[in-house]
Amino acid sequence: MTAIMVRRAAIAVAILLLLTLPLWVSGTYYINIASQIQLFAVLALALNVLVGYGGLVSLGHAGLFAIAGYTAALMLENGFGHLAANLAALGVVLVAAAVFAVLALRATGIGFLMITLALGQIVWGIAYRWAGLTHGDNGVNVSGRPMPFGISLTSATPFYFATLAVFLVAVAAMMLFVRSPFGASLRGTRDQARRMNALGYNVWLIRFVAFLFSGFWTGVAGLLFIYYNEFVSPQVAALQSSAEALLMVISGGTATLLGPIVGAAIVVVMKNVVSAYLERWNMALGIIFVLIITFMPEGLVPGSVRLGKLAWQGWRKRPPAAAPAGERAS
Amino acid sequence: MSQYLTLAVNSISYGGLLFLLSAGFSLIFGLMRIPNLMHGSFFMLGAYLGASILEKGLGLGGTFHPHLQMLGVTLFDFTVSLPTIVVLAPHPNFFVAALIGGAVVACIGALIERFLLRRLAGQELPQVLLTLGLSFVVADICLMVWTGDPVQPATPSQFAGAVQFTGLFFPIYRLVVVMVAVVIAIALWLLIDWTRLGAMIRAGVDDAPIARMIGIKVSQLFTLIFALGAGLAAFGGVMGSPILSVYPGLDAEMLPVALIVVILGGTGSLLGALVGSFIIGFLYNYGQALFPDLAYVILFLPMVVVLVLRPQGLFGKVVP
Repeated sequence: MTAIMVRRAAIAVAILLLLTLPLWVSGTYYINIASQIQLFAVLALALNVLVGYGGLVSLGHAGLFAIAGYTAALMLENGFGHLAANLAALGVVLVAAAVFAVLALRATGIGFLMITLALGQIVWGIAYRWAGLTHGDNGVNVSGRPMPFGISLTSATPFYFATLAVFLVAVAAMMLFVRSPFGASLRGTRDQARRMNALGYNVWLIRFVAFLFSGFWTGVAGLLFIYYNEFVSPQVAALQSSAEALLMVISGGTATLLGPIVGAAIVVVMKNVVSAYLERWNMALGIIFVLIITFMPEGLVPGSVRLGKLAWQGWRKRPPAAAPAGERAS
Repeated sequence: MSQYLTLAVNSISYGGLLFLLSAGFSLIFGLMRIPNLMHGSFFMLGAYLGASILEKGLGLGGTFHPHLQMLGVTLFDFTVSLPTIVVLAPHPNFFVAALIGGAVVACIGALIERFLLRRLAGQELPQVLLTLGLSFVVADICLMVWTGDPVQPATPSQFAGAVQFTGLFFPIYRLVVVMVAVVIAIALWLLIDWTRLGAMIRAGVDDAPIARMIGIKVSQLFTLIFALGAGLAAFGGVMGSPILSVYPGLDAEMLPVALIVVILGGTGSLLGALVGSFIIGFLYNYGQALFPDLAYVILFLPMVVVLVLRPQGLFGKVVP
C-alpha cells in the first residue's frame, strides 16, 4: 500500500511542480530550457520504446524527427494551416516509420542498428543535398506558432504550458503502453524472442507496431521542436542528433519511464551549460559517452546507486580505499 | 559517350578507394563482430595526417606554449623550445606519407582495441556507443587541429597528368589508386586464406576458446586485425585525399558508405567488399552526374534491394 501511495504522491508533486514552474522560475531563458527538456524527453521516451522495451537500438530516429519537422515546415511555407500541416506531418512520419521498420526489422541487434543508421543518413542526404525540395543547408523557416483555442503561444510561458501538455500526454501514453499486455509482449520479444514465437506471438508484428508507436511520438517531438526553434535545418537529421537522443535514453537508464526524462534533462542542461563555457560540445558529448560506457554501463540513475553502495561498503570496511569510488559516484 | 567512359574510370577509382575503406570495416565487423563506428574517423584522421606530412614533413620537437587560465587567474604560461629532429623532410614521397599516416592510425586503433574495446568483448551495444563517442572526440580534435577549412593535397607529381587512350584522357593518379587497391585486395586474400597467420585468425574467429586452448593468442590477433583495419582505412584516406579533399564531416560521410558496401557485399567477405565497393563507386559517380540532387540517396538503393532479397549480402554466409 505504502509503495503505491508514495509513488502516486511523487507523481502528483512532480506534476504540481511542473505546472507551477513559471511562477518560481523567473527568466525566459530558464523557461525555454524547461520547454526544451520536455520536448527532448518526448523524443527520448519514444526512442526508449525500441531501445529499452524492444531491445532494438535505433540510430535513425533523428531521421524520423526531421521528417516530421520538414513536412510541417514545408507545408506551412506553402500556405497550409497549422492543423493540416501537423496532421500531414504525423501521417508522413507514420508511413516513414513503417518503411524504416520493414527494412530495419530484416535484422535485429547490430544489423538493425546499422540499417537504421543508413536510413537516417538517407534522410540527412535528402535534407542536405536535395536543395530544390528542402532548401539544403539554408533550412526552412517556420513562420509563427499555432494558436490552439485562440491562445497565442508566441511568448515562452504559454509555449511551456503547451509543451507540458504534450509531454504529460506522452508520459501517460508510455505508462499505458508499458503496463498493457502489448507492452509485456514487447518485453517478451526482447528477452526471449524464440519462446515468444513458439508461444504463438507474431514477433515481427509486435516489433513493427512498437516501431510505429515510437515513430509517432518521435514525430510529435519533431513538431514541438520546429515550433520551439521556428526553424529546421539538415543538422536536425544528422547522425549526431540520433546519437544525442540515444545518449539521453542510455544515460538515464533504459527500460524505465523516469530514465529517459532524467537523461533528456541532463543532456539539455549539459548542452546549454557546457556550450556557454566551452565551444567543444561534441568532444564533451563523446567523452561523456565513453565515461558512461566504461564506468556506468547501466545508466546514470542505476549506476550512481550501484557506485554509491560500493563506496558505502568500502567506507565501512576500509575508509581510505573508498575515497576514489565515492568521488566518482557524486 | 566519352563522358560516360570518363565517368566509368572515375567510378572504378572511387570503388578502389571504397575498398581500402571498407575492407578493414568488413574484417573488423565480420571477424571480430565489432561494429566499429569509428571507421570514418580513421579514414579522415589518416587523410589529415597524410596531408600534413606531405606539406610539412615529419619532425619531433618544436616550440610549445603551455598556457592555462582558470577563473581569470593565469596558472602557468611559458614557452618551451625543443630542438626539432627532422624525421622526414617536407614533401616526401606520397606513398611514404600514406604508409606513415596508416601506421600512426593503426597504432591508435591498437590502443583503442587493447584498452577500451577489449573490456567490452561480446557486448555489441556498448561497443557501438563507445566507438560512436570516440568518433565525436576524433572529429572535434581534427576540427581543433586542422580548423574547418578543407585541405586538398596536390596530386603527387610523379602521377600528375593523364594518359591518352583511344582519344580519351585518363588521369594517371586515379589509375594508380585502382592498382593499389587491387594489390592490397590480393595481399589481404593471400594473408587470410593462405598463411599460417590467416589460419590462426580464422580459427580464433570460428571458436575462440578452442583456439586459445591449442595455444593461439586470440586477443593479440584481434588487436592486430583491428589495427590492420584502422591502418587500411587511414591509408585509404591519404590515397583519397587528392581526389576527395579533406574537410570536417568527411568521417560521417564515409562511415555510411563503408556500411552499405559491407551490407551489400556480405560481412566478413573480402570479395564481397571488393564487388560492393565497385558497385557503389559506379552508382555514386553516375548518380552524381545524372541526378545530382539525389546522388546520396541512390547510394542506398542497392542496400535496400539486397536487404529485401538476400539479407546476408551478395557474398555473405548465412550465420546459423
